[in-house]
Amino acid sequence: MQQTGSQILFKALKEEKVDTLFGYPGGSVMDIYDEMFRQNIRHILVRHEQGAIHAADGYARASGRVGVCLVTSGPGATNTVTGIANAYMDSIPVVVLTGQVTTAMIGNDGFQEVDITGITRTCTKHNFLVRRIGDLQGTIREAFQIARSGRPGPVLVDLPKDVIQSVIEADVPPAAVPPAEEACPDLERPCNEALKLLLKAKRPLIIVGGGVILGKASEVFRSFVKKLQIPVASTLMGMGAFPGTDPLWTGMVGMHGAYYANMAVSQCDVLMAVGVRFDDRVTSKVSAFAPHARLIHIDIDPVSIDKVIRADVSMVCHCGPALKTLNRLIDEQRLTLPKLQIRHWHRQLRQWKAEMPLQYCRNQNIKPQYVIEKLYQLTEGRAIIATEVGQNQMWAAQFYRFDEPNTFLTSGGLGAMGFGLPAAIGAQVACPDRIVVDVAGDGSIQMNIQELATVVHYGLPVKVVILNNLYLGMVRQWQELYYGRRYSQTDMTQAPDFVKLAEAYGVKGLRATKPEDVKRILLEGLETPGPVMMDFQVEPEENVYPIVKPGSPLTEMSFGNVRAVA
Amino acid sequence: MTDLIKERAISIIVNNKPDVLARIAGTFSARGFNIESISANVTRNPVITKIIITTLSTQETIDKIIKQLNRLVDVLDARKISRSQVCRREMILARLSMPEDRQAAVEELVGAHSGKVVSRESGSAILEFTGDKDTIEEVLNRLEALGMEDLTRTGTVFMERGKP
Ligand SMILES: Cc1ncc(C[n+]2csc(CCOP(=O)(O)OP(=O)(O)O)c2C)c(N)n1
Repeated sequence: MQQTGSQILFKALKEEKVDTLFGYPGGSVMDIYDEMFRQNIRHILVRHEQGAIHAADGYARASGRVGVCLVTSGPGATNTVTGIANAYMDSIPVVVLTGQVTTAMIGNDGFQEVDITGITRTCTKHNFLVRRIGDLQGTIREAFQIARSGRPGPVLVDLPKDVIQSVIEADVPPAAVPPAEEACPDLERPCNEALKLLLKAKRPLIIVGGGVILGKASEVFRSFVKKLQIPVASTLMGMGAFPGTDPLWTGMVGMHGAYYANMAVSQCDVLMAVGVRFDDRVTSKVSAFAPHARLIHIDIDPVSIDKVIRADVSMVCHCGPALKTLNRLIDEQRLTLPKLQIRHWHRQLRQWKAEMPLQYCRNQNIKPQYVIEKLYQLTEGRAIIATEVGQNQMWAAQFYRFDEPNTFLTSGGLGAMGFGLPAAIGAQVACPDRIVVDVAGDGSIQMNIQELATVVHYGLPVKVVILNNLYLGMVRQWQELYYGRRYSQTDMTQAPDFVKLAEAYGVKGLRATKPEDVKRILLEGLETPGPVMMDFQVEPEENVYPIVKPGSPLTEMSFGNVRAVA
Repeated sequence: MTDLIKERAISIIVNNKPDVLARIAGTFSARGFNIESISANVTRNPVITKIIITTLSTQETIDKIIKQLNRLVDVLDARKISRSQVCRREMILARLSMPEDRQAAVEELVGAHSGKVVSRESGSAILEFTGDKDTIEEVLNRLEALGMEDLTRTGTVFMERGKP
């Protein structure tokens, strides 16, 4: 049977069980879009290609499946680059399909030609330019395999128009490549070494990272923690891997980490890092990070091991198999951490938590932290929270408690403003029955505000919570603290009326200006079927605390004026 | 000493694809490292290329680069070449103008370093030499003194002694 490139593309996507594409059409992909009429696949038409890639990314984060995005050549492709870099930094499996000029035109500066494989070479896990229709199906298969295996990441496939248009005799089923077995090294020896260290520890601590979520290992991680009763701190990307309501939960570490988390890391004698790559926002001054600790490091990416901090015991593998082996060894040898031995440590942690919980001072203005607290209570901690970037992101991480993996979607490595709304769209498409909220700043939300049209188009009940401080808040905070209060270009007072703007898009708009409004507006927003944008006019110069000045040890935290109140 | 910056060599086996060299070069340039020399060619298997790269770096850096290289999809194997155990060769082609009175000196140089006259043209010649880095440097000094007009030099190739 004769098949076109477009038909083969869809066949290959179906083989990968893709049921949703996030995309935007254009000249070089018109054949694909035309073929779409005959294919049973859902296409979400975004309003900007950056929205498409972030939505595919949000879909992947929320569902644990590969997100797929389809855009045209040239500007369509370049518009995805920020989103690709974002997925790359956070190891999110997405496949990006870009149109390309015909193979004969490539290299001739054709209309809407860019060398997108060249441009994205350093921000994709891998990319392909398909030169022959015969390679198409195999390439798509390989792209998905690469995106989801090992340390996941974005893979781009560039599709020249003539390849898509050409026809091939394609009824011979192509040989299926067996999915590459992910080789696991012998885990027993390092696991025994790790256990030996942990069982001798007087002040053991675990840091959990995004690798546990990406590796779908939260369950086995939790049972491991339960067996040994070791306190668990988390990176930004690890939120949700371990319940934020568990007594062993010790909070987020890093620049805006909790006091007790940063103290715990700084004083522990054995640190077990699971699915963590030790970003500089986590370690701050590396030489002062966990200075007393022997390190056990589990990560799928060999590059992460010994990159920032030397490990005493390391395992290059998915977190799941390593933790399973640990659990088995613990059971077989009936190991426990003697309660007496770590009693002081548990007591110390409780004391730190009591001394300096995450807190803020109230006054007559709406405190952004309060909005997040209320959001947490009213959603009973069961919402999927996407965030933008800046203070809003940190407050969401600090004041929402995440009990489940895949529920906190945030641009961790790249810190890309404009991520939250499209990511929430992707998450809502993946999880139609969940409450999905984008926690936003008034700056960030304007970076992909056009996606409100997408939300309405598909009737997605996404809720946007704007913590509107009339500033590029996080930058303003740094200017206040580190640049002598000189607020250079961070004033956002000139802003749209977000309620009217929402309504113009067909989204319900709500506004709160006083603390007494917060609960009512949130309730109304959450209970209204369909999309809602809520504008919370918050304390303009509220800061995120604790804060560790970049390059300082984690113990050197500033708390603003909350300590006085505590 | 592992923090010593010195010349270190890596052997990389890759799929013979159009962009693989760019990816490898990118792995170096993204971290601000210079490639001192590179030598690449297909193996007896036409879909596989072997690349040898030398770079100035510390032990730690080279270990990191090798991990990064091994992460590339089209890299089948990247590893350090242990320097004490290797034969290493570079090759040069040099054009010299050859007036009558220089013939003898050139013949002597070719003889002393097992060079070859690969082409004679009217009034000039192309010479070929292979050797390790020190030898090549020495030959180049002599050639310059003899009025070398043009030079091309390959990257270094290595082979470890003893069976792998
Ligand atoms: C695309 C992009 N541009 C610039 C920045 C730098 N930046 C980091 S936080 C921030 C301020 C964000 O302001 P807003 O969205 O209002 O959030 P707030 O910090 O006030 O909560 C800026 C400009 C960034 N992270 N991403």
